[in-house]
Amino acid sequence: MLPIGHYLFLSAALFIIGVIGVITRRNVIVILMSIELILNAVNINLVAFSRLYGDVAGQVFALFIIADAAAEAAVGLGIIIAFFRNRETVLADEMDLLKW
Amino acid sequence: MLDKVLFYIFAGLAIASGALMVTRRNAVHSAIFLVTALLATAGIFLQLRAEFLFIVQIILYVGGIMVLFIFVIMLVNLDVALQQIQFARQKWVALIVALALSAQFGLMLWSSEKIPGQGIPVLAAPPASELPANSEAVAQSLFGNYLLAFEIASVLLLVAMIGAVVMAKKEK
Amino acid sequence: MMQAVIQATMDFLKLYWAPLLCGLVIVAVLPLIVGYIVLVERKLMADMQARLGPMRVGPHGLLQPIADAVKLLIKEDIIPDNADKLVFWLAPVLSVGAALLSIAGLAIGPAFQIAKDINIGILFVVGVSAMGIFGIVLGGWASNSHYSLMGSLRSSAQLVSYETAAGMALVSGLLLTGTLNIKAIVEAQYNEGIWFVMLAPVAFFIYLVASIAETNRAPFDLPEAESELVAGYMTEFSGFRWSLYFLAEYTNMIVVSSVATTLFLGGWLRPFARVHFFNFLDYVPPLLMIGVAGYCLLRTPKQPSRVQQLFMLAVAGLCLALALVLLAPVALPIAKPLYAGIHGGFWFIFKVSAYIYFFMWLRFTIPRYRFDQLMRLGWQFLIPLSIVNVLVVGVALIVGSYFNLHGWSMLLVTTPAAIIALVVALMILAAGQQSSAGKENAPASDFYAG
Repeated sequence: MLPIGHYLFLSAALFIIGVIGVITRRNVIVILMSIELILNAVNINLVAFSRLYGDVAGQVFALFIIADAAAEAAVGLGIIIAFFRNRETVLADEMDLLKW
Repeated sequence: MLDKVLFYIFAGLAIASGALMVTRRNAVHSAIFLVTALLATAGIFLQLRAEFLFIVQIILYVGGIMVLFIFVIMLVNLDVALQQIQFARQKWVALIVALALSAQFGLMLWSSEKIPGQGIPVLAAPPASELPANSEAVAQSLFGNYLLAFEIASVLLLVAMIGAVVMAKKEK
Repeated sequence: MMQAVIQATMDFLKLYWAPLLCGLVIVAVLPLIVGYIVLVERKLMADMQARLGPMRVGPHGLLQPIADAVKLLIKEDIIPDNADKLVFWLAPVLSVGAALLSIAGLAIGPAFQIAKDINIGILFVVGVSAMGIFGIVLGGWASNSHYSLMGSLRSSAQLVSYETAAGMALVSGLLLTGTLNIKAIVEAQYNEGIWFVMLAPVAFFIYLVASIAETNRAPFDLPEAESELVAGYMTEFSGFRWSLYFLAEYTNMIVVSSVATTLFLGGWLRPFARVHFFNFLDYVPPLLMIGVAGYCLLRTPKQPSRVQQLFMLAVAGLCLALALVLLAPVALPIAKPLYAGIHGGFWFIFKVSAYIYFFMWLRFTIPRYRFDQLMRLGWQFLIPLSIVNVLVVGVALIVGSYFNLHGWSMLLVTTPAAIIALVVALMILAAGQQSSAGKENAPASDFYAG
């Protein structure tokens, strides 16, 4: 493998891209996709360290994160569909029923 | 050498398609670029000799979650949204957060190289030929040390499944 | 920098020239094979409907695939005005790319495997071929047409739901070997002396049904149901793009039948590979080839034109050459080391062809399902059955290892397990009948039919 710094840099870059997506985009689906990108960045770190130490525990944690991402996507998209049925929109700044 | 080239190819692909994903106007295009980014990450996993995670990434993330995303984008087909502004008025917040995060990560990476003993320990990773067969090792760890976590994850998935069904059900 | 890249490329080529060459050969030859599968299918359909099928191009229509390929290549390539150009271009390529890539993991005999001995073996094949779903979904979306979108949504819903059942069926097969490596799976069947279709018949049945649904074949070919949806996701595609989808579909057929052959039908093993009494079976492949050659020679004088006679002779010669190649390892002691490679390849291709032949047979026999019936079969019958099956096979294996059973005596524990699974299946079916009997008058809920 390459020096660990390469992987950390890649992971940090993907993480920041994901954060920018979450903050700037209006479409909730794209926001959810940016969160997937963030989770992915974390996975790269875990697997890189697992390889560095020769211990598979990091990979097992990455597996759990993937399971978590699946659960999050299912529930999140369910909420989006339910919301779309009521309000005909998926834009984050139009979800303002609770705003006074 | 081959390892290095593969890493740079996959890393470049991941970052480029991640950036494209965030900036594309059309949600389906965003999803396609996210798929590319996920596949590139799978490539990085393979380069790190995590074969099992590579195929799980492809089967679960690309073949499962992303198909779900594309499904929902098509169900929530929004031609109107294409004409509207794609970005909320939070550019400055985003810029500040991004700068702060880059500064933090940069400082961490820089300091880990400067101060030995602190930050990231510099170890020699075991050569690829000495690693045990990957899927067997993951299975041993998953059903040995992390059995409880595995069971909890299955309960989580069950809850998510019920939740998704309840959410998406039409009201009678 | 430039030098480093060149150096890396050279290293890469030095290490991997053989797999690359095999990949090129597969990409070049597979369209031809698919063409001939289509020809066989048309001939079989004609036979079942008491017609002759394609007869004009070449003797008995043997050159029809080449004529079809030329026709498809020179057809006008139409892109709809409102289509998303990039995705429209990308979708068929994705579909066919995933199908071709998954072939890399398959082993045609112990000697022929492109990605040799990968740790995740069969999962690689299943996972990569599952990515073809993107070609279908995106193709339907990109053509900006309602028929296409409906077709693609139906198709992907079908693929996603049947993939679960197929995956669970594979799990109960894999429980018997405890490895994902394709070579090790076949070797386990050699050591046990029994094919896993005997030990896990219910899993094989589930995989059979699910694999037909996964390849969008009749009786589950709703996404392309001509009478209902024009041609589903392929409606707007024409010429070469359409033929790419076609190639992907038939390649997927080859892939699923190869997976079934590897896991359940003993891969490249001869029937009764360890029993010396059945060694005479080694003479079957060459004799079969000689028989085909003889038939071709017999038909040669009856061909109407000189070119067709020559073509028939050429086919006969090819069959004779194949017969000689197959005979050599059995008859000549010098060629003995080649036995595993050559005969393994023959038996593997033979089994895959038989599986595909069964697919075609079903297509012309059973009428098409309705979409809600399809979903009910997948979710309410196959998935529960496959989960129960994993459970009972696991229990049977533990009981078997407790009594130290191996090979054929494993049947003592796996047969009761299969019977239990079947009883559960019947109970599920009966419960389904009862619950649907009450709602007979309710309109069928067809979510994706629009």
